[in-house]
Order: sequence, then C-alpha cells, then structure tokens
Amino acid sequence: MSTTSTEAYVDISGGDWEEVVREAQQGSADRLVVNMGPQHPSTHGVLRLILTLDGETVTEARVGIGYLHTGIEKNTEYRTWTQGTTFVTRMDYLMPIFNEVAYCLAVERLLGISDRIPERANVIRVLMMELNRISSHLVAMATFGMELGATTIMTNGFRERELVLDIFELITGLRMNHAYIRPGGVAQDLPHSAAGKIREFLAEMPKRLQILRKLLDANPVYLQRTRDVAHLDLSGCMALGVTGPMLRASGLAWDLRKAKPYCGYENYEFDVPVSDGCDVYARYRVRVAEMEQSLRIIEQCLDFLEPGPIMIDDAKIGWPAKLAIGSDGMGNSPDHIAHIMGTSMEALIHHFKIVTEGFRVPPGQAYTAVESAKGELGCHAVSDGGPRPYRVHFRDPSFTHLQAVAAMCEGGTVADVIAAVASLDPVMGGVDR
Amino acid sequence: MSPNEHEGKPNLNGDENLPEKAGEERLNSPVVRKGMFGAKTSGDTSGYGGLFVRGQPPLSSQRPFADPDDPATAYFDDVADALERSLAEAGSSFGEAIERVVVDRSEITFHVRREALPEVARRLRDDPQLRFELCMGVSGVHYPADTDRELHAVYHLRSITHNRQIRLEVACPDADPHIPSIVATYPTNDWHERETWDFFGIIFDGHPALTRIQMPDDWDGHPQRKDYPLGGIPVEYRGARVPPPDERRSYA
Repeated sequence: MSTTSTEAYVDISGGDWEEVVREAQQGSADRLVVNMGPQHPSTHGVLRLILTLDGETVTEARVGIGYLHTGIEKNTEYRTWTQGTTFVTRMDYLMPIFNEVAYCLAVERLLGISDRIPERANVIRVLMMELNRISSHLVAMATFGMELGATTIMTNGFRERELVLDIFELITGLRMNHAYIRPGGVAQDLPHSAAGKIREFLAEMPKRLQILRKLLDANPVYLQRTRDVAHLDLSGCMALGVTGPMLRASGLAWDLRKAKPYCGYENYEFDVPVSDGCDVYARYRVRVAEMEQSLRIIEQCLDFLEPGPIMIDDAKIGWPAKLAIGSDGMGNSPDHIAHIMGTSMEALIHHFKIVTEGFRVPPGQAYTAVESAKGELGCHAVSDGGPRPYRVHFRDPSFTHLQAVAAMCEGGTVADVIAAVASLDPVMGGVDR
Repeated sequence: MSPNEHEGKPNLNGDENLPEKAGEERLNSPVVRKGMFGAKTSGDTSGYGGLFVRGQPPLSSQRPFADPDDPATAYFDDVADALERSLAEAGSSFGEAIERVVVDRSEITFHVRREALPEVARRLRDDPQLRFELCMGVSGVHYPADTDRELHAVYHLRSITHNRQIRLEVACPDADPHIPSIVATYPTNDWHERETWDFFGIIFDGHPALTRIQMPDDWDGHPQRKDYPLGGIPVEYRGARVPPPDERRSYA
C-alpha cells in the first residue's frame, strides 16, 4: 500500500535540530506543525499543544491531554467514602483543600448532614481554603514568570508559597495531599500554635505581595507580554464554561462564595475583584486582588474560631479516635486505645466496623460546587446505598478551561501561546484525574 | 376498638396509611445486595447470608416541587413552568420531553428523553425565563441493573442570571448507546462528552469529533463502566500479602 502525501511537510518530531532547520528552509512547506509538549518546561506539566504555524503566527492550536490520567474517579469506587478524600486531594495537587471540600460537601449532602457540621469545622474549612487559594495563585504567578523568562518572579512566588505550606504542615502534618477535610468535619483540631503562626503570616504576607506587585504591576516588559494577549471576552467564557479568575477578568463578578454560599461564606466580609481587561494582565490583577481578599477572610476566620467540636456529633459517621501527633510524628491516641482495648468491647467493635467497613450513604446523587482557586470545582457523587461511592465525578476547572486555548491562541504569535496557557493556570493532575 | 379510643391519634391499622403500591414497587426493584457482613461461604452461621436487599424504586416527584421548609427549592416550580411553556411554544410538550422529575436533597433532576435533549437544552439556554448559560459538563453513570437504561448521562446546568442550578439526566440502553450531543448549544461540553465517550462508551451523535480524550486512542473498552475491572497487583507488607483493592473484602 502506498500513501500519497497531499502536501509537503517537514517532520520535526525528533532528530538533529540543524538538519530539521535545513530541511525546512530548503523545502516548499509553508506550514509548520509543532508538537509542544508533553514534556516541555512551559506547558505546566504534561500538557501537549499541537500548533500549526505560519511563520511566527499560530493558525491552529489543538490540545492533547491524558498523560497524567490516574483513574482517581474509578479508584474511589473501591474504597470507603472516608478514604475518598485521600484520593481526591491528589487530583489538582496545587489546591488539595478545595478538592477535599467539594467532595466532602457532596458526601454530606448525600448523608443529609449538611446542617449539622460544627461551626468550628466550617471556620477551619474556610481558613484552609483561603490559605490554599493564596498558595495556588502564588504558583500560578511563579510559573507564569518562569515561563516568560523572569526567574525572580518564580523564586519569589515559590518562596512566599512556602509560608502557606508551613502552616499547612503545622495543621495537617503534610505540605500537600492533606486528606484533612473529612465527611462530617475535619480530621483534627488546629494545634495551639496555629493561630499565632497564621497571625505572623497575616502580618508578613501583605509585604510580600507588595514586593511581587512592585515587580510586575507596571513592569514594561511584563505589560508588553500580557496586555491584550489571549483575549477571551464574557460570551466566550460563558460558551466555553470558563469560571473563576478568568471569568472575573472578563468583567462578570460571579463567585460561588457569594452566589451560592457554602461552609458559612455568607458570614464573611470580602469583595469579588473584577476587571474587564479580558486579557492575561487582567487575570493577573484579579488573582493578586483575590489573594488580598483571602487575607481579609483569613483574619475574620481567626476571629470566628470558637472552641468546640471539629467533627459531627454522630458516632456513625465521625471518626472514633481523636488522633494526636506523637513525638515520633505518627498519629496516636492513648486514651482511645485504653478505652477500646481495656473497657468497652462495643467501642472496639464500633471502631473496627467504621474503620474497615465505613458508613453507608443513602442512595441518591448530589452535585456540590466550590469556588476553587481556578474556578468552579464541582463534585457529582452517586450512592447506591453502600459503604463505597457508586460514582464520583469531578468537574475540574482546569479541564474545562483548556478548551479555551484554541480561542485564545489562534491568530496570535507562538510566544503568546505560553502567556495564554499560563494565564489559564491549568494543573494537569486536575485535568486528567 | 372504637375510633374514639385512639384519642385523636391516627389509626395505624387503617388502609389509608399504607403507602400506595410501595411494597409492590419494592419487589419489582432490582436486587442491589445479597447477604451481609461480606461472608460468602459456609462460614456464615448468622443466616444473614441469604438476605436480599432491593434497590429503591425509581423516585418521581409530583408538583409542587418546592418544599416550603427548604428555601433552596423555591425556584423549582418556576423552572418547570417556564420549561413547560417554552417547550409548548416550540411545538413540543413537557410530558413528551421529560419522563419524570425528581426532587431530592434540595436538587431538582429532569429526566429527559434522549431524542428531546437538544431541544430542551436549547430552550433552557435561550429562554429569558430560564437562561441556563453555563453547563458544568457531562458525568456518565453506569447502572448495569437498570435494564434498557444502563448508561446515564448527567448534565448540571447553572443560570447566572437567576442564580439557579438544575440537573438533566438522560438514559440510553447499553445495546444502543446513543445520546444526541449538545455541543451546538453548550460548546464547553466538547471535551466533557469526549470524556464520557472515553470512559462509558456513550456515543454522542452530532459531536464534532468524538475521540478518546484521556485514554490512548487504541485503548480497548471503557474503563469507568462497572463491568471493566479495576486491576491491580497484590502488595506485600511485612510478610503479609495485601490483595489488590478490587479483590479485598467488600461490605457493599
């Protein structure tokens, strides 16, 4: 069988670059199809962009994903509802708390216990989510700087993010993949030193943000790379399902925290930053302003924190042991162990049953959404009445937003593709799940 | 015992208190679980091994859909009325397009007949009384026991104008896994429908390029279906062999 090529082409899927360039110069091909990624430092992980170039102009941009598919949704069907948090926290690994909250809200709605989550647990959830919003936006900015060649932005962004991760480590024991939010509440209470540490952070962070803004806000190079680049207006956002900072940078003050409050967001005072620039610079400004609002919310969280339970008062759902981190760094609970091993056979049976079998969730389905750092993160959970999820599906904002690449890049230059993708802030762990 | 001896309390022996046809519906529902405690062999001396647990009969809600005690349900009747009016204007009817409506856990689900889906989606987006501008994608669910309706596609729609949220559910048989695409109405569903095709094998007719999106192009099967095994290898930990997750004891 022979194939006839309809047009001349230059294959640059590998080989010696000099030979490729020579061949391209000698040949008659006027189009160049460049395969950018999936291993490329400017593609946010394993994103693959297939760009058709006419000189420097991108005439067609297509996106290939799936290189980080880990089957998290399928795996949750083989674990208990509580174990699900351990999986979903690993999806979009830059915003683990949002993944956990979206999932737990869905499980709680299925259980019908949404109104019974203790106040303190809700405040801790909001606190953790807003800290996570800051760390996620800082990475968005840091990688953005790196991809445009500004390594100072990168080192600064990652340095400030460490401040947040230190707090996460103090509270949950882990910097990422916390599995801290659980159906019914949170895994454990804040340590005594947490409030002081967060207050230090609240004092320090505005200065750090100021430094970052001084570097970028009016930087002529930055402005040239971001102003009027990767335009996506409101109707484009609506059609493509784009939410979050991207939508707010196209002039619509849509924020689920205000529109459909969850976890008690209606009690907090904060503004929804909006810009009508529709470009990469507007998205940057919205993200910075959101971080400042997050600091406001965190401050209010500290004021709202009253002593109280952090897990629902229901032994059939809440984890039986109140674990504390011992000197060896492992979770332990001497009092609980003394109780189940020494005094109560029923408590031992209960502990064994709820840890190995888990709780049953009444049949039905629920969709809950949170305003994550990147946009609407939705969780569609289906139960058949058993102790394991029947189906868990995540509407990840990064997955949806990557569809906008073609709309934002076609007709622009190759260099602007980098800025466009970076302004989407996609995380492939969330895209591919 | 005369009625006045109840002192005003309802007579529990009366026929009027029996849930209508509930027992019959329940007996016709598919078996979702057999046995208890995970014991499958002769080791079960409890007798619970012979237990049959039947699933819920399909829910169906009647008007009014709004629950006066739940403010989150306040707009459900408005949406249903507006959809009914809008479909009538288009020459279709609510009863033809919508199989049933379910209100559960403060969420409303319209079970849409698959041939009516594009029209319903278009009406939901464009009618000023409805204006569901945002589609949050498709989520597939596989119910092997739901004969001739094995594959479900679940759509969540959000109206920014009215700040509302609804769910559409469309079912199709495994033997004929076709559902019309709504990419023409909601372009955002392009990738979501590809994902649902990839994972469940639902063919969305009219999709511009229905190809696999997460799995490799030459992959066999659709991994999120219930008949597709999870796979896995046993792990050894301190001399003990831990079986892969799908072979561990299941309490389900």
